[in-house]
Amino acid sequence: MSSEGQRATTDSAAVRLVGVQMTFATRGASTTALTDIDLSIAPGEFVSLIGPSGCGKSTLLRIVGDLIKPTAGVVEVNGKPAHQARVGREYGMVFQAPVLFDWRNVQGNVRLPLELMGMDRRTREKRVKEMLELVELGSFMRHYPHQLSGGMQQRVAIARALALEPALLLMDEPFGALDEMTRERLNTEVLNIWRQTGTTIIFVTHSIPEAVFLSTRVVVMSPRPGRVTNVVEIDLEQPRNDQTRESERYFELVTEVRESLRGRRGDSSGSADRVRVEGPVG
Amino acid sequence: MTSEREQEAQSAAAAAGVPTTEGTAARMAAGFRSGVRRAAGLVGFLVLLAVAWEGAKWLAGDPWRIPAIDYFHEPPFHLLQLTDRQLPHLWDIFAAFGEPFQRNADYSLANYLIDQALYTWTEALIGFALGAVIGIALASIFVHSGVLERAFVPYVVASQTVPIVALAPLIVTGFGRGLTSVVIIATYLTFFPVTIAVMRGLRSPDPRAVELMRSYAASRWDVYRKVRLPASVPYLFTALKIAAAASVVGTIIGEGPGGVPNGLGRAILNFNQQYIAGPEKLWATIVVAAVVGIVFFMLVRLVEVLVVRQRGDRSVGT
Repeated sequence: MSSEGQRATTDSAAVRLVGVQMTFATRGASTTALTDIDLSIAPGEFVSLIGPSGCGKSTLLRIVGDLIKPTAGVVEVNGKPAHQARVGREYGMVFQAPVLFDWRNVQGNVRLPLELMGMDRRTREKRVKEMLELVELGSFMRHYPHQLSGGMQQRVAIARALALEPALLLMDEPFGALDEMTRERLNTEVLNIWRQTGTTIIFVTHSIPEAVFLSTRVVVMSPRPGRVTNVVEIDLEQPRNDQTRESERYFELVTEVRESLRGRRGDSSGSADRVRVEGPVG
Repeated sequence: MTSEREQEAQSAAAAAGVPTTEGTAARMAAGFRSGVRRAAGLVGFLVLLAVAWEGAKWLAGDPWRIPAIDYFHEPPFHLLQLTDRQLPHLWDIFAAFGEPFQRNADYSLANYLIDQALYTWTEALIGFALGAVIGIALASIFVHSGVLERAFVPYVVASQTVPIVALAPLIVTGFGRGLTSVVIIATYLTFFPVTIAVMRGLRSPDPRAVELMRSYAASRWDVYRKVRLPASVPYLFTALKIAAAASVVGTIIGEGPGGVPNGLGRAILNFNQQYIAGPEKLWATIVVAAVVGIVFFMLVRLVEVLVVRQRGDRSVGT
């Protein structure tokens, strides 16, 4: 269906989805949330899933994370079934809301996955400190979540997700609830973290500029039934910065993603020409 | 060490009125002031209550005779409910504390009532502790098993619609007269609010918090002890405050049929029989019973404040 299989062979792919199908049964009727998803993501890639509400992008993220089981299809993370990857704590997860625990301070929140892992105290405290310095919250270790701004809370959530040093980071609209300026700052910060840690990131978003700015590839999805309609290669230079947002190529790519979302075939690049586009998007 | 970003965030936090470490002293001072205000409120309320009590008697009670200051007053109206037998003067009630608790007894009513109050409170405390433990255990089971929840929660609710006065004699028949029966009655009144509130508390975490835990391959036990249980603490304390008062009431009611020789319930029964001879003694006992309930409530509240402050939580209920 797409050329992604050529990019990453079965063994070396960070994530491999083959023929993934998801059907929800609701009151007798069944809804097809996802159909025919084939996607291969190489280690170290930054892939965004973009599409209108109801296109199943969050569902797809949860399937990769083994939080829900697909009705059909193969899901592999680092060459293993997704379930095994979850049990092996091989990925970190960030949601739209920070989901911090009120009764734990910042370091307590970041420490939580390490406690579950049974890491010894000294290594644990050291790791917590490193992670908080990575998101530049080193001096807020003893603050409680309610004492932090929304952007800072989300950075704590990112530090927590990174604490287990996962090879794969799943982010579900992590900056969707933040104002534009905070969002742009955190985008740059996520790119820095991505560069420093070399982790593979799958990033769900509603925002076209965000997807283009961050990603190495943007997967465009469309609803009813949820499916991949286009994959746009983002060939912007690394490292990306504020100049990137003003470059001509950036605007071209934003336009291409936008047109893919509208259901028109964009200025084809990479695999886009082989993807069937099925009618206008609701 | 502090980066530019952190300083920026720090000043942003300060601008947003977020408490920083330097604010701790100010916060404690504010806490102290609000404590003083509360105490003043309580005293004000008690004074108002006393004024209303004596004012009613002044208007429609028995004639006032206070030989010490040579005072006499004939109330303009007369109501049976406000006679000295029905509603003794407050000073008579408080004076009764200093008098011998029985004719020819060598210790005072105050001494006697403190002993009974401690006895009752011990029974209530055992019932309260058992009720809390059973409540938390039941809630934990119900939250983890839909089948058991559907099967048993209706009976837990139904159990509370049976009047305790009807049930108490049955419990005494079953477990014999004595401490055990009284404690069972107190437990019975205590476990229910704890069960219901803790069930809510255990279910209160954001579903995404549970999802997050699953992404760490956390077991149900991990989710329970790291997420559900801590999240239920504010709910637990709300229930424990209700349970504290309920356990005292349950104990006092249970002491009658329970046939224990001591306790405030026993004292109330005794003084009720001797009411004509000394109405002040019954009233004094009622005052002590109320104090026991309030003190118990405030102790739970104190523990709550300490626990919640230790957690750094902002959600402190009343």
